[in-house]
Amino acid sequence: MRKSGSMLRRLGAVAAMVAAGVLLPGGSALAQGKLKVGLMLPYTGTYAALGNAITNGFKLAVAENGGKVAGRDIDYFTVDDESDPAKAPENANKLIKRDQVDVLVGTVHSGVALAMAKVARDNNTLLIIPNAGADDITGPLCAANIFRTSFSNSQPGIAMGKVMAEQKKKTAVTLTWDYAAGKESVGGFKEAFEAGGGKVVKELFLPFPQVEFQSYLTEIAALKPDVVYVFFAGGGAVKFVKDYAAAGLPKTIPLVGPGFLTDGTLEAQGEAAQGLLTTLHYGDGLKNPKNDAFRAAYTKAYKIEPDVYAVQGYDAAQLLIVGMNAVKGDVSKRAEMVKAMEGAKLDSPRGSLALSKGHNPIHDIYLRKVEGKENKVVGVAVKNLTDPPRGCKL
Amino acid sequence: MIHAPERQDRRKAIALAAALLLLALFPFAGAAFYTELVTKVMILAIFALSLDVLVGYTGLVSFGHAAYYGVGAYALGLLAPPYEAANLWLTLPVAVGAAALAALFVGAFVVRVKGIYFIMVTLAFAQMFYFVFHDTRFGRGSDGISMNFKPVAAIGGFTPFDLANAVHVYYFVFAALVLVFVFLRVLLRSPFGRALQGIRSNEHRMRSLGYPVYWYKLASFTVAGALAGLAGYLSALQFGFVNPELLSWHQSGNVLLMLILGGVGSLYGAVAGAFAFVALQELFSSLTTHWQLLLGGTIILLVIFLPGGLASIAGRFKRTLVGEPDDE
Amino acid sequence: MDVYSFFIQLLNGLQYGLLLFLVASGLTLIFGIMGIINLAHGSFYMIGAYMAFSLSTLTGSLFVAIIVGIVLSVVLGVALEWALFSHLYKRDHLEQVLLTYGLILVFEELRSLIVGNDVHGVAVPAIFNWSVPLTETLSYPVYRLFMSAVCVVLAVLLYLLMAKTRIGMMIRAGSSNREMVQSLGLNINLVYRLVFALGVALAAFAGMLAAPVSSVYPGMGTGVLIICFVVVVIGGIGSIWGALVASLLIGLADTFGKVLIPQAAGVTVYVLMAAILLWRPEGLFRRI
Repeated sequence: MRKSGSMLRRLGAVAAMVAAGVLLPGGSALAQGKLKVGLMLPYTGTYAALGNAITNGFKLAVAENGGKVAGRDIDYFTVDDESDPAKAPENANKLIKRDQVDVLVGTVHSGVALAMAKVARDNNTLLIIPNAGADDITGPLCAANIFRTSFSNSQPGIAMGKVMAEQKKKTAVTLTWDYAAGKESVGGFKEAFEAGGGKVVKELFLPFPQVEFQSYLTEIAALKPDVVYVFFAGGGAVKFVKDYAAAGLPKTIPLVGPGFLTDGTLEAQGEAAQGLLTTLHYGDGLKNPKNDAFRAAYTKAYKIEPDVYAVQGYDAAQLLIVGMNAVKGDVSKRAEMVKAMEGAKLDSPRGSLALSKGHNPIHDIYLRKVEGKENKVVGVAVKNLTDPPRGCKL
Repeated sequence: MIHAPERQDRRKAIALAAALLLLALFPFAGAAFYTELVTKVMILAIFALSLDVLVGYTGLVSFGHAAYYGVGAYALGLLAPPYEAANLWLTLPVAVGAAALAALFVGAFVVRVKGIYFIMVTLAFAQMFYFVFHDTRFGRGSDGISMNFKPVAAIGGFTPFDLANAVHVYYFVFAALVLVFVFLRVLLRSPFGRALQGIRSNEHRMRSLGYPVYWYKLASFTVAGALAGLAGYLSALQFGFVNPELLSWHQSGNVLLMLILGGVGSLYGAVAGAFAFVALQELFSSLTTHWQLLLGGTIILLVIFLPGGLASIAGRFKRTLVGEPDDE
Repeated sequence: MDVYSFFIQLLNGLQYGLLLFLVASGLTLIFGIMGIINLAHGSFYMIGAYMAFSLSTLTGSLFVAIIVGIVLSVVLGVALEWALFSHLYKRDHLEQVLLTYGLILVFEELRSLIVGNDVHGVAVPAIFNWSVPLTETLSYPVYRLFMSAVCVVLAVLLYLLMAKTRIGMMIRAGSSNREMVQSLGLNINLVYRLVFALGVALAAFAGMLAAPVSSVYPGMGTGVLIICFVVVVIGGIGSIWGALVASLLIGLADTFGKVLIPQAAGVTVYVLMAAILLWRPEGLFRRI
C-alpha cells in the first residue's frame, strides 16, 4: 500500500535530521565565548513547580554575580525531562552531544538523575545535581565530575532517627513507596533510630505511586508502635497525612518524616498536618543574614516566596561560580576546577554548606514543626551532618 | 499503460536503494547526537514493524504490545552481570525467546476474544507485566536497572564489533532492521502470511475453509512479540538502562500511533511511521512545553478528517498526479 | 491478622470496590451499548475531581460543587458525543483507540494549563468530618462510609433505570439492534448521546465524591482507567451487574493482596483477571 509515498516521507525525515545535525554549530570552537549551561529539569508534570523553583534560584545567583560567571556570559540550554527515566539518557545526550554544554544541571527525580550521572560519567561532563537525593550518586557511583548541592535521601532520615531515639521512643513502623528514594530515607531512619536504642518493628512498602493507604493504616493501628516514620512527597504526602489524621491515629501514634512530607503541601493538608515534626536542611523562619537577603531578592525577582528547591538551585549556581572563578572561566582546566569546588565553603541560605568526599552536602539538618501554613524551624536535629560516602572511591 | 507496473517497480527500487544508502551513510555526517537519535528511531521502526504483523496483517489491534518490548529489554537488564559485560550472542536469543514466550502465554488467552475485548485484555495483560517489573523484587522495582557495561559481541576470542561505540551500535541496529524487514516480507508473502491476511479480511471464511484460525493467530501473536522483544533488547543495549515505563501503556499507544502515521498494513509504512512520529515529537516539543496538547489535537484531527492516516495524503496526491491506483 | 483487623480490611476492600464500580459502570455502559472503546474515561474521573476542587473553592461547599459539577459534566458529555464520538460509531476500533488516546493528552495538558500541576486537597464537608472509633487506636472516617452508601444507592438507581424505565428499555434495545430501534421510530442518536453523557457524569461524579479522600493530582485518571478496564474484562462488556461483582472482587483482592503478599501487591488483581479469563473468556456476565 502506498509505497512510494511512505518512502518519500522517510527520505524527508532523514534529510531533515541530517540538515539539522550539520547546521548546528560545534561548541568547541567557541570555547571562550558564552558558557553553555544545560538545565535538564522537569518543566511539566508533577514536579514542574520544583523544576521552575530550581531554575529561578540558579538564575538569581547568576544575576547577583553580575549576570556572568567568571566574566563569561551564559547561554542556557533547557530540556524538560518530564521526570521520565526512560527518556533520561536521550535527554542528557541532547544537551551533551547536540548542544555540547559545558556544565549540566539537573534534576529532581532520582531515577532520571541516576541516568544523567551515568551519561555525565561516560562523557566526562560536569554535572551539578540540585535536588535528586539518590544515595548511590555520591556513593558507589560517585565521580570527580559529579556534584550535589541538595541532600541525600538518607540524611533527613538519619536526623529524624536520632531525634526520635533521643525522645526515648522504643518502637517504630516505617511506611514508604517501594523505590530508591523511599528505601534510602527509611534506611537512614532505621540506622540512626536503632543505633540510638530504638527498634523498627515493621517496614511497610507500597508500590510507587499508589495512594490507597487504608489497609496500611489498619495494619499500623494493629501494630501500635511508639512512632511512625513515612517518606512520601507531593500528592502522596498530602493524601497520607490526611488519611492518617482521619483514621484517628495521631492521638496515640505520632507521625514523623523527612521535610518533603510537609513541604509545599501544607495548603492541601490543612488541619491534618498541624504539629507534625519533620527534618530537612531548610525551613521557615530560619534566621541568618544570607537567608534574609536571599528571600528578599527572590521575592522581588519572581513575586513568589522561595522554597527549599530554590535554595538548592541557588547553591548549584554558587558552586559553579566558585569552580569557574578558580580557573578564570577556562573550563578546560577541569582538575583545578573540581579541586576548587570540592573545597568550597558556600554561604547558603540554609546556613553553611560544604561538600563531603563523595561531593554530597555537609550541612545542618533542622527539626521543623508545622504551625499554620509554615514549617517552623524549632531546632537543629543534627549539626553538620555528613553521611558516610559508602562505596565511593574518590 | 502496459509498462506501468514495471516502471513503478523500478521507481520503488530506486527509492528503496536511496533510503538504504542514506541510512548507511548517515553516521558519516558526524553528528553524534543524530546518529544516536536515528539509531533509536530504527529500533522503534522494528517495534512498529512487529506490531504491524498483528494490526495490519492479522487484524488484531493489540494495545499492549509494549509488554514484549519491555520483556526483551528487561531480559538484558536482568541477565547483565554487575561487574562484567554480558555476551551479546547469549543474551540476545534469550531476550527474544523470553518475549516470544511471554507473547505465547498472553496470546493463548487473548486470541480467543475479539474486537474491543481484545484491545482491553491485551492492555490489561501488558499492565500485569508492567506491575511484575514495577512492584516485585524480581523486577527490581520502579527505579529500573542500570547496566554498568555494554554487552560484548565476542565469539570465542573474536569480537567483530564494539557495542560501546555508538556508530557500531548504529550499524548493528541498521542490520537488524533490514533483516527484520526482509524476514517479514518473506513471511507475509508465504502461505502462512497469506492465511493471516485471509483471517484479517474474513475470519469466518478461513475457518470454514478448514484453517486452524486460533493457531494461526497465536503464531502471529508470538512472532510479533518476539520481534518486539528484539526491539526492546536493542533499546536496552543502546541506553544501558531499563525501567518499567518501557512497558507502559503510553508506549503501546505511541507505537500504534506510528502505524497510523505511516499507514497500517504496509511494512514501509511502519518504518516511515516511526520516523514521522519521532520527527513530530521533536517538532512539537521544540515549539512549546505543552507539546502533548498539539500531539493530542493532531491525533484527534487526524482520526476525524483523515481516516486512512497520513499515508493517505501521499496516496491521494499521487493518484491525482499520476493517475495510478495504489498497489498492495 | 486478628479478627478485628480482618473485618476492617474487609470494609476497606468493599469501600474501594464500590467507588471503582461507580467509574467502571459508565465505562461498561459506553462499551456495551455504543460499542466504543473509550480510553478517555479516566480523564472524566480526573476532570470531576478537579471540578470538585475548583468549584468547592469557589462556592465554599462540596455539595454545591457536586451539583454544578454534574450539570457541567453532562454538558461536556453531550458536547463530546456530538463533536467527536458520533463520528466513531462506524469506524474501526483502532481509530477509536487513537482518538480517545489523543483526548487523554489534550485533557491532561488543558488541566495543566488551567489549574496547574500542583496537588490540591478538597475539604471534607463539615457534617461528615469525624470518625467512628473502631479499636482503641483506629477510627474510620465517616466520609468513607458516606461514600460507600452513595455508591450503593447509585447502583440500585442504575439497576432500576435500566430494568424498569422506558429509557432503560430503549437503551437495552439500542445495544442489541441499532437498526431495529431506528425503524421503530425511536431516536437512537439521542439514546447514544444520553448514554454517553450518563457515562461521563458517573465517572466525573466518582471523581468529585472521591476528591476529599483522594486529593486531586495530575495523572490521577490513568490509574483509574486501567483498573476499570480490568473490571470490565472480568465483569463482561456491557454488564452493570458484572461491573459491580468485578469491582468488589478487585477491591478485596487488592486490599488483601497488600496485606498478605506485599511483595506482589500490584500483580494480584491481574492474576485474578487471568484466572477468570481462563475460566470464562468473555467475563463473568454477558450483557445487562
